[in-house]
Amino acid sequence: MGITAAAARDEFQEELVIRPLHSGDIYASFQFRTLWDTDFLQEGQKVSHYRLFPKSLGQVLSKFSVRELHISFTQGFWRTMQWGQPFIPSPPGAELWVWFHDTVSDVDGNWKELTNVLSGIFCASLNFIDLTNTVQPSASFKPLGLGNATDHRFLRYATLPREIVCTENLTPWKKLLPCGSKAGLAVLLKSEKLFHSSFHSQAVHIRPVCQHKNGLDFAKILDAPSFCIHLCINCYLHLFTEWSLFKMFSRTLTEACPLATSSKVYVDITDNPEGELFELSPATPLLSQAVVLGDRRTYSVFDLTRAETFGQLRSLNLLLRWKGDGGEMLRPLLHAERYVAGFGLQTGEIHTVIYNNHPYRAFPVLLMDSVPWYLQLYIHTLTVTSKSRDNKPSYIHYQPAKDRHRPHLLEMLIQLPPHSMTEVTVQFERALLKWTEYTPDPNHGFYVGSSVVSALVPSMVAMSTNFTQDQPLFSSFVPVKEESSYFVRVYTEPLLVNLPTPDFSMPYNVICLTCTVVAVGYGSFYNLLTRTFQVDEPSLPLAKRLANLIRRIRGVPLLT
Amino acid sequence: MELREFINFPGLTFPGLKITLLKPDIFFKQWYSWYSKIHSSHLESPLEVFHNHVYRLGIPDSHIVLMLADDMACNYRNPKPATVFSHKNMELNVYGDDVEVDYRGYEVTVENFLRVLTGRLPPSTPRSKRLLSDDRSNILIYLTGHGGNGFLKFQDSEEISNMELADAFEQMWQKRRYNELLFIIDTCQGASMYERFYSPNLMALASSQVGEDSLSHQPDLGIGVHLMDKYTFYLLEFLEEVHPASQANMNDLFKVCPQSQCVSTPGHRTDLFQRDPGSVLITDFFGSVRKVEITKDTINLTSPVEPPIKRSGSSDIQIESLTYVDQLPVAEIIHQKPKQKDWHPPDGFILGLWTLILLVFFQTYGIKHLKHIF
Repeated sequence: MGITAAAARDEFQEELVIRPLHSGDIYASFQFRTLWDTDFLQEGQKVSHYRLFPKSLGQVLSKFSVRELHISFTQGFWRTMQWGQPFIPSPPGAELWVWFHDTVSDVDGNWKELTNVLSGIFCASLNFIDLTNTVQPSASFKPLGLGNATDHRFLRYATLPREIVCTENLTPWKKLLPCGSKAGLAVLLKSEKLFHSSFHSQAVHIRPVCQHKNGLDFAKILDAPSFCIHLCINCYLHLFTEWSLFKMFSRTLTEACPLATSSKVYVDITDNPEGELFELSPATPLLSQAVVLGDRRTYSVFDLTRAETFGQLRSLNLLLRWKGDGGEMLRPLLHAERYVAGFGLQTGEIHTVIYNNHPYRAFPVLLMDSVPWYLQLYIHTLTVTSKSRDNKPSYIHYQPAKDRHRPHLLEMLIQLPPHSMTEVTVQFERALLKWTEYTPDPNHGFYVGSSVVSALVPSMVAMSTNFTQDQPLFSSFVPVKEESSYFVRVYTEPLLVNLPTPDFSMPYNVICLTCTVVAVGYGSFYNLLTRTFQVDEPSLPLAKRLANLIRRIRGVPLLT
Repeated sequence: MELREFINFPGLTFPGLKITLLKPDIFFKQWYSWYSKIHSSHLESPLEVFHNHVYRLGIPDSHIVLMLADDMACNYRNPKPATVFSHKNMELNVYGDDVEVDYRGYEVTVENFLRVLTGRLPPSTPRSKRLLSDDRSNILIYLTGHGGNGFLKFQDSEEISNMELADAFEQMWQKRRYNELLFIIDTCQGASMYERFYSPNLMALASSQVGEDSLSHQPDLGIGVHLMDKYTFYLLEFLEEVHPASQANMNDLFKVCPQSQCVSTPGHRTDLFQRDPGSVLITDFFGSVRKVEITKDTINLTSPVEPPIKRSGSSDIQIESLTYVDQLPVAEIIHQKPKQKDWHPPDGFILGLWTLILLVFFQTYGIKHLKHIF
C-alpha cells in the first residue's frame, strides 16, 4: 500500500446539445460538469484546495454539511406537449432542494442560513425561503447522488414561483465555471440574446458521484466518492427558417476551454436521417448515439478540443437550414396540468390533471403538492378519478398546514391506467391575511408553487445501466437502475390565486373619521357641560378712562 | 523559501501578493423606488451612474450595494429583454453583462434600507448585502424615485421620512461607519430630505427645492415611459468628463443642471461638512484608487500547505459500498412506516384545560372522597 501525494484529479467537461424541433424552434442545453476530487466522508478534514470547483460553493457545502444541493432559476414554463421532455426539468421561478448529511443536528437552522448565503451568491431573493414555504417530502426527491441512507428528515424542499431570472443571476452563475465566460462554450452565454427566449433555465446540481467510471458497475465501487457539480442552462428560442450560432447567441465558438477534458457540441439529427428536414453545416463525420429519455437518438458531434473542428476561419458557426415542414412530434408519455376552478374570493378548487399517453402500459406516478397555508385545503374533498372511476392511491402522505408556520404537503402514489387522464381535485378556502403580510401589490395575486410529478416511465428502448466515460452528460444525469424504464419529473404550471384584499387606505380613513367624530361630537358636548358664561364689560375709550381716573381721586361715582 | 520556488510548487493554489491599501475603500450605494405609471425613469438612473461612471472610476462590485425595487430588464413587457437603455438612440445598454443587484423586488423596503445603513442585519446575511464600511470609508448614497415634502416613496406602499434618514445617519456616525458621506437625491421636493440632517461630515445634493417638482427627460415612444430624469441626465453628462485623476471638485458638482436646464432648482447642503467643498474632489466619492506598494526585498514565505495524501488500495475496504438510490422505489414507498413525530409536552391551552377540570372535580367532590373513586 503506497502513500502517494496524488495530484488533484479535478475534471471539467462541457457540452452543448442542440435539438431542432418540428415547429422551427431550437432547444439549446448547455451542461458544464466539474468533478471535484475530495473525500467528503472524512470528518474533520478541512478542504483548502480548490482547483476547478468553485470555492464559494465548496465552502458552503462544508460549512452546512450539505450532501446534495439542487438549485434552479427558470423564466417561462416548459410546454411538454409542444416541445417534448427537457433533459433536466425545472419549475418556473426558483427551486431549491437540499439533502443534508446525517450528522447535522439542527437541519432547520442550517437550511435557513444556507438560503441566506445562496441568496448572496446568486443575487436572488432566496432569503424569502423560510418555514412557511419549506416542506419535507417523504417520498419524492430521492438523492440523485451516491449514498445509502435516505432518511427524509434531512431533506428540505422549497420553491419561489415568483422569482425573476435576469442578468444579475447569470453573472454569478458564470463565475462558477472554471473558464468563466471567456473561453469554451460559455462565451455563448450573453444575456442580451439568452433572455430573448421563450424559456430560460439555469441550474446548479451538486451531488456525490463515483470516481471511477470506466465501465464498472457502480454497486462495486469502493472508492470514496467525489463531488460533481452540474451546471446547466436550458434555453428555448423561437427562430425561423435558418439559424446559426451567431444568430442565436451573437457569438461563435473559437476555442474550447483549456481546462476542459472534453468540450463537445451535439446536434440532434435523429429526425433527419436522409437530410430531408434540415441541412447542417459544417458537416461532420462524427456521429454518436445515445438513449435519452427512453428514445434512441443520433447526434452529430463537434469536438471542440480538436483544432480541425474550427476550420479555416478558426471559428465554429453551426448553420442549420430548414428544408421541409416538420412532421408531428412524438407525444410525450407523461404530461401534467393544473388549474384553479371556482369563482369568488372565498372558495376554490385545485385540479391537477395527469395524462398517461402510453397505449398499453400503466405506471405509477408520485404526485407532490405543496400549497401555502393561506389556501386552506379541505382534504375530505380530495378525489382522484381516472377514466371517470375512482382511483385510490396506494400511498398518501398528508401534512396539514399550520397558519404562518408550515405549508400543506400532499404526496400520493397513483397508478395511472394506460391511455388515460387522471384528475385530482381538492377544494380550498382562501384566508384573510394580516395587514402587514400582504405584498406591495396584492391585487396581482399570490403564487402557488408547481406540483411535482415523479414517475418511472416505460422506455421503448433498452436503457443501459452501465456508466461509461463516453456517454454524453445529458444522458447520464439521472442514474439508471433498470433497463426498461427511465425516471422523469414533470412540473405543472404554478397557480396565481387572488386572496381577498382589504382596502389599505382604511386605517387612514378610520383615523380621520374617528378624530372628526370625537372632536365634533364629544367636543361640543363637553363644551355644553362645562362652559360658563360671564358678562363681559366692553372696554372704555381712552377719554372716559382718564375721566374715571380723575373721578376716583375726587371720590365721585364712575362713568360706565 | 524564495518566492520563485513558492509559485512553482506543483498543484498548489497561489495565494497572491499582499497589497497595502493606502486610500480608504470607497463604498457606493444606490437605491431606487417603485416606478409609477406616470414616468418610470428611475431604473436607468442608478444603473447609468453605476455602470458607466462608478465602475469606470474604480469602485469594485463588492463595494456597491444596489437596490432595485422593480425588475424592468427582464419584465415581459420589455421588447428587448435584459437590456435597459438610458438614451432613446439605444446605444448603451446600462444593464450590462455583469451587473449584480443585491436587493431586488420585495426586498427593497425601508426596513432593509435602514438596516443596511446602520449595519443591524441578521447574522446570516451574506457579505454582498452588507455595507461593510468603517471610519475611514467615504460613502456615496444615491436615491431616486417619487417623493414629497419630507418623505420618499418605497414600493408604492411605504415611505421613508427625512427624520428617519437623519437618525440613521446619526447612528452611522456614532458607530463610526463613515468618514464622509455624500447624499444625492433626485425626487420631487428633494431638498426636504436633507433639511433634518444633524450629523457631521455630511454633504447633500438634491434635484429640486421644497415646493418644486423634478421632471423627467426623455420619453421612449416604443415602451411608452420616460428614460431618465433631467437632473440625473445632466449629472451624468458632467460625470462623463471625470476620470480617475481628475481634479474636479464639489463646487463644480453643485453647478450641475441650473434652472434653465432642469426647470427645478437644484440645492445642496454643506454646513455639516468639515472640509471646504472646493477642496473635496469628485473622485473622493465617485471613484476609488488603490495604491500599490512595490517592494524589492525578499519575503520569507512559510512552507506551503501539504495536499491531502490519498491512500490507495486496501484501506478503502472499510468504507461501505455506496450505490445510487432508486429514484422511485414503489414497493418501499407503499410499505413506508409513518414518520415518528417527536413527542412534545402538552401545550399551554391543554394544560390549562386539564387544570380547570381537575380543580372543578376536586372542588365538587373533595379530597376525602377520593378513596371511593379510585
